[in-house]
Formats: sequence, structure tokens, C-alpha cells
Amino acid sequence: MTETYIARSSAIAARLLGGEMMIMSAVDSTFFTLNEVATVIWQAADGRTPLSEIVQRTVCREFEVAPEEAWRDAEQFVTELSQHGILLVSDHPIQETRPGPMEAK
Amino acid sequence: MSLLVEMNDKAMALGIPLSVHIDVTYRCNERCVHCYLDHDDKGEMTTAEIKGILDQLAEAGVFFLTFSGGEVFMRRDFLELVEYARRLTFNVKIKTNGVMIHEAEAQRLRELGVEQVQLSVYSHRPEVHDAITKLPGSLKRTIDSIRFLKSQGLKVTMSNVLMTVNRQDQAGTHALAKKLGVSYSLDPTVTPKLDGDESILRLRVRGHNLHEIFNDPELVGDVEEFCAAPPPDDDVMEGYSCSAGHTACYINPYAEVFPCVQFQLPTGNLRRQKFADIWYRSPQMNEVRSIRVKDLTVCSSCSHAGTCTRCPGLAYAEGSMRGPSSADCDTSFHRTGIPSANMLRKASAAQAPLVQILPMMA
Repeated sequence: MTETYIARSSAIAARLLGGEMMIMSAVDSTFFTLNEVATVIWQAADGRTPLSEIVQRTVCREFEVAPEEAWRDAEQFVTELSQHGILLVSDHPIQETRPGPMEAK
Repeated sequence: MSLLVEMNDKAMALGIPLSVHIDVTYRCNERCVHCYLDHDDKGEMTTAEIKGILDQLAEAGVFFLTFSGGEVFMRRDFLELVEYARRLTFNVKIKTNGVMIHEAEAQRLRELGVEQVQLSVYSHRPEVHDAITKLPGSLKRTIDSIRFLKSQGLKVTMSNVLMTVNRQDQAGTHALAKKLGVSYSLDPTVTPKLDGDESILRLRVRGHNLHEIFNDPELVGDVEEFCAAPPPDDDVMEGYSCSAGHTACYINPYAEVFPCVQFQLPTGNLRRQKFADIWYRSPQMNEVRSIRVKDLTVCSSCSHAGTCTRCPGLAYAEGSMRGPSSADCDTSFHRTGIPSANMLRKASAAQAPLVQILPMMA
């Protein structure tokens, strides 16, 4: 089975508000709020940790959710956010995507 | 209810400063006739100081960050500050006159994921715009900059201030925005200078001249609804005037914190205090937060209380943060045709004899 890696896009604005993550796409200004479980996945989306590990280590353990249910919800969440370009998905680890330094002129 | 409104309500309930406006400099390459600032640099924050403040703002939960000035690009480190803010995942909006934005700057702002750039344009005619900015060629340079930003796919807003000196050009300026394919906003607010000088208030467009603006559906949407008499609403009394000090605040180039850019009540200085200490514990900030509509000395009895755009900052500049803001009274009256409580009070005071003699009671 191939692993899935997820990373937060740099083209977003995000902040935690009362335990829920609010995210706005800088591309189309679409606004999202994530519930607590989705927020945990979002925060763990470092591009290096496989999604399966995130689900097992954080979602199942912290929220006492059955693995099948957690995996199904996580896949749906990842698909939805990736369609809006705010979560990057790959079957290889993803490098940091933060805004880079200004090029010297 | 939209998600943004929901988020704002949640921030209000939690006491989170959702939006911060930070002026990174008061220096400017234009000298606009209506500007309220002193453009001399009296010790503006260093790059490191601003970055340290941005760290604190992110920690406090700030989501919307507006960089403004003065002219932001007068700072050589401005793009470095934007980059730092974006690394902290703020939603960044920039207010600028655009005359220093060329292709390279526009491209960099796009790369950094800036949400919106707002540029000041006061007329579609160079002779009017340039006379207001006192910078020859400024309209052309600002329009060039709008084109550079648009070509990068950035969201651009053309922002106009309605004054006596450009009132006749409003429609033409709006048409220019449409031609350039950018949003347009119009603000009739002219405020006294920060040093208290009120001479620039002569540029204010008085209410009866606002009639045309208030009846333009392209500017106000549904004219009938916009100009409707305020509906009776008892719930209004427990509400607040605006977000200043509740979910928003302003930081000037000298690290001083205020409830809003238009509300010049000093609440603390970030060179000596932490942002969280000022936001949560400043007596001034807490006083602003404590004021509900029912506490307003005149406005609580005004029929416009529920729909008025009363600015507590303008009220403060007029003498009391709990008092009325005459400019907003004027606007409410000319929008609806119904005089405000403040106007009635003043009219009544003007008619009363200076000396009242009451007959002796038997």
C-alpha cells in the first residue's frame, strides 16, 4: 500500500480560534473552519508524516475513534481540502511550502 | 449566518483581536490635502520590533492584518515584513498609493499570497488627483501599479475619499475602477489631524451633497433599504458601536496601541508592554469594551441607534467616547431624512432663551 503525505499550502491564511482552525485561501478567498478532529490533522500535516500515522497517532488515540471510521473521515477531509488547493497531497514526502525569501535583485 | 460572521461573533465572545491595522511608517511620498498624519519620522519601529510584534499578534489569535501608513513602500524592509507576516499565516491586506509598485513588487506580493491591495485614487483626472496628492504624475503611476497588480491576479480595490475638491469626479473615478476591472470603495470620512488641527474638516462633503451618493444603487446596493427609516429594535441597547477594542485594534509606527486608527485613545506601548497585557488588561481598552449603546449619553435615545454608523473614535475626537459623532448624525439624517437625537438637542438648545425666568410659585 502506498503512503499518503499531506502538507499545508503556503497560499492560505490560518489561525486557531477557540479550538477550531479557520482557514482562508489566498487564491480564491474561500473560507473554511475545521472542527477539532480536522484541526488536529491539519496541524499534523507537515509533509513528512504519513496520513496513516497521523490518523493512528492523533485522531484514533486523542478522540477514541475506531480506525476504519477515522481513516474514512480523514480521506474525505483530505480530498475536500486538496480540491480547494489548501492542502497538498502526494505519495512522497512533501518539502516545505512556506513563502520563500525575496530574491536578490 | 456566513462563516465569517460566525467567526467574528466567536472572536467577540472569546475576546480575541481578530483584526489588527498596523501603520509601519507615517512617512509618505505624497502630501494629500486631507491627510491627518504628521509625516516626520519620530522614531518608527525597527524591522526586529515589528517582527516581534507580529509574533505576539499571531499568538493572540489575530487573523486579519492590514499594513498601512504613510506609504508602506517608503520602508525598504516592507516586503520582508510582508513575508514574515505571511509565514505567520496572517491574512494580509495592504493599503498603499502604489506609486512605488512596479512589476517586481507586484509579482512578489502575489508570490507571498497577499489577500488584497487597496490603492488610493481620488479622481480619474490627473489635474484633480495630483492636486490632492501634491505629487505630479501620481495618478499615472498609481494606475500603472494597479495594472501590474491586476496582471499578477491580485485582488485590487480602488479607494476614494469623497471631498469637496473631488466630489464632482466621483462618477468618473468609479468608471475608471470599472474600466480597470477592480473593486471600488468610497468613504466620505475626513477626520481632524492627529495633532487636533481641524482645518482639513473644511474638505468634508456636507450631508445634503451626499444625497446623490446615498441614492446610487451601484454604491449602496438597495437604495430603498439603505435609506429606510430605522426600524424599532429594543435589542440594540445591549449592543456595541463597532469592533474597535472588541475584535480589532490599531498600532502606530511608534508601537502605540489604540482601539482603532480613527480612535486615538492611547492604551499602551509595545516597546514597554506585551500586546496581550495591553489588549486584555489596559484600563482604557476595558473602558471602551464596557460601553454599550444604552450607555451612550445622547445616542441611546436616538431613533437611529440601531442603524447609525456612529464612530466612537470621531465621538472621542469631538469630546466624549460616549457622546455623538456629528458627522455620523449628519449622514444618518441625510440618508433617511429623519433628524438624529443630537440634532434635535442642538436645535432645541439654539431656540432656548439664554436666560430663563420662571414665575414664582405661590
